[in-house]
Amino acid sequence: MSNGRAFWLFVGPFAIGLLVFVYVPIGWSLLLSFFDARNTVTPTEFVGLRNYADMLTDQPFLSSLGTFSVFAAFIVPLTFVLALALALLVNQISFMQAFFRSVFFLPTACSYVVASLVWKLSIFNGVRFGLANTVLGWFGAEPVAWTVSTSPPWYWLVLVTLRLWLQLGFYMILFIAGLQRIPQHLYEAAWIDGARPGWQTLRYITLPQLRTTSVAVVLLLLVAAYQAFDEFYNVLGTDRGYPPFARPPLIYLYYTALGSGGQDFGHGSAGAVILTLLIAGVTLLQGRVITR
Amino acid sequence: MKAVRYLALSMAAVLFLIPFYLVLRNGLATEQEIAAPSWTFWPSEIHWENFAALFSNPAVPMVRSMLNSLVVAVLQTAGQLLLCGLAGYGLARIPYRYANVVLYFVVATLMIPAAVTFVPTFVVVSTLGWVSDLRGLVIPGLFSGFTTFLFRQYFLTFPGELEEAARIDGLGHWGTYWRVVVPNSRGFFAALGVITFVTSWNQFLWPLVIAQDQDAWTVQVALSTFLTAQSINVHELFLAAAVSIAPLVIVFVAMQRFLVRGVTETGIKG
Repeated sequence: MSNGRAFWLFVGPFAIGLLVFVYVPIGWSLLLSFFDARNTVTPTEFVGLRNYADMLTDQPFLSSLGTFSVFAAFIVPLTFVLALALALLVNQISFMQAFFRSVFFLPTACSYVVASLVWKLSIFNGVRFGLANTVLGWFGAEPVAWTVSTSPPWYWLVLVTLRLWLQLGFYMILFIAGLQRIPQHLYEAAWIDGARPGWQTLRYITLPQLRTTSVAVVLLLLVAAYQAFDEFYNVLGTDRGYPPFARPPLIYLYYTALGSGGQDFGHGSAGAVILTLLIAGVTLLQGRVITR
Repeated sequence: MKAVRYLALSMAAVLFLIPFYLVLRNGLATEQEIAAPSWTFWPSEIHWENFAALFSNPAVPMVRSMLNSLVVAVLQTAGQLLLCGLAGYGLARIPYRYANVVLYFVVATLMIPAAVTFVPTFVVVSTLGWVSDLRGLVIPGLFSGFTTFLFRQYFLTFPGELEEAARIDGLGHWGTYWRVVVPNSRGFFAALGVITFVTSWNQFLWPLVIAQDQDAWTVQVALSTFLTAQSINVHELFLAAAVSIAPLVIVFVAMQRFLVRGVTETGIKG
């Protein structure tokens, strides 16, 4: 069998699938984004760049990017610092190390839906018997309506702690892997030179040696925050629909393209193209870190 | 210093376990206990009959949705390992004039997060008539450029002597792959397989978009529907959550070594 035929025997099935389910949708979407495509995927009315102009001047679309920025501003640094702290702590102990690592990693087994359920109906339930309000009650504070309160916007506390709980273990594992790749002799040499274990070795050996891991973690966190959907949809959504605030890009896109007001694939596709272009820079960087 | 470390870790561990505790506490209690004005640490008596109530509640398609999730996760895991493994091997090990062109098309998809393109994918899948259909749930998720790329990187480092030996024994590329390469790469397959299974079981946005009929719901869609729209008894909802986590907790306990490897392989690099 020639190499060409063998190659396509191995790669062909995947390549066809990639074409049909990745390249065709993207191409089709590009096409739809130039048409008026309400409730149809084979539109006839070409509108040029109007969908794009609409999206870029659409206040809700722009504020969805603002929502992402606020979310990322909290979740990226918090996850980074806490995951690194957990990794350093777990990496320094010997007794019960596997136990602690497993406990911190276990939330990865939960879906965002399950976590939303616990956060919304139990921990941050706005009534008096919710866990957070129970704890507040011990200090004599009044119950807080966590998920529906917009001033102050307590829902951010709900959403950020939820994601922290769910993703910290994953990034802790990445940091632990990075820590274990640092050659031990670097620390020994530093101790001989009089560096004290602790802050000095952390500052001058551990952190610089973790640079590749750190860059990868920040990029992964950004891309993940950009795609936030599940916890927003499940924590803030109610039987009366989704509130007008706190709509990250994918929530916005979901309600534009597939919402109850009818399917608008023209604007939805234009939105998807804009969002893809916006994140492409970050994912390109991420790709370079991975393929390095 | 050591004591401080253990104290900090123990406090963090308690915080991390609270949500699991809440799922069990609420799932095995009665409505009155959950809504009691003062916090009850644990139901005064464990209400096992909640299980019977949950599984016999005609409004909650618990068995059906768990089964759907299982079928989707198993098929996606097996399908991805099969298709992406083959493609990764072909790209890494079979010299071919246009291999680099194909690789370029695979790597280019890494730039585009799959979730961002759910609208276009929905357009294609609905044109195929796969809405609320098992095919629509499973097939679009099989062709992961990322998994293929990870396989390629891994196979680049596969020891060439083993393949040489197989070649001398008269095996072609196909025979070499199945008889020598795959059996010697079980750890890598297990690592990516576990990650794929967990991701597939927990995915929400795509099943929400595509599984519009109740018969096609995965367990995540079912839970979400009762969380955001229709209401059922709170304790049944928490018990359903506990049931939905159970398969993954088993996977975690049994496969943790591969899972940790899978995280590091997919998180940063092979």
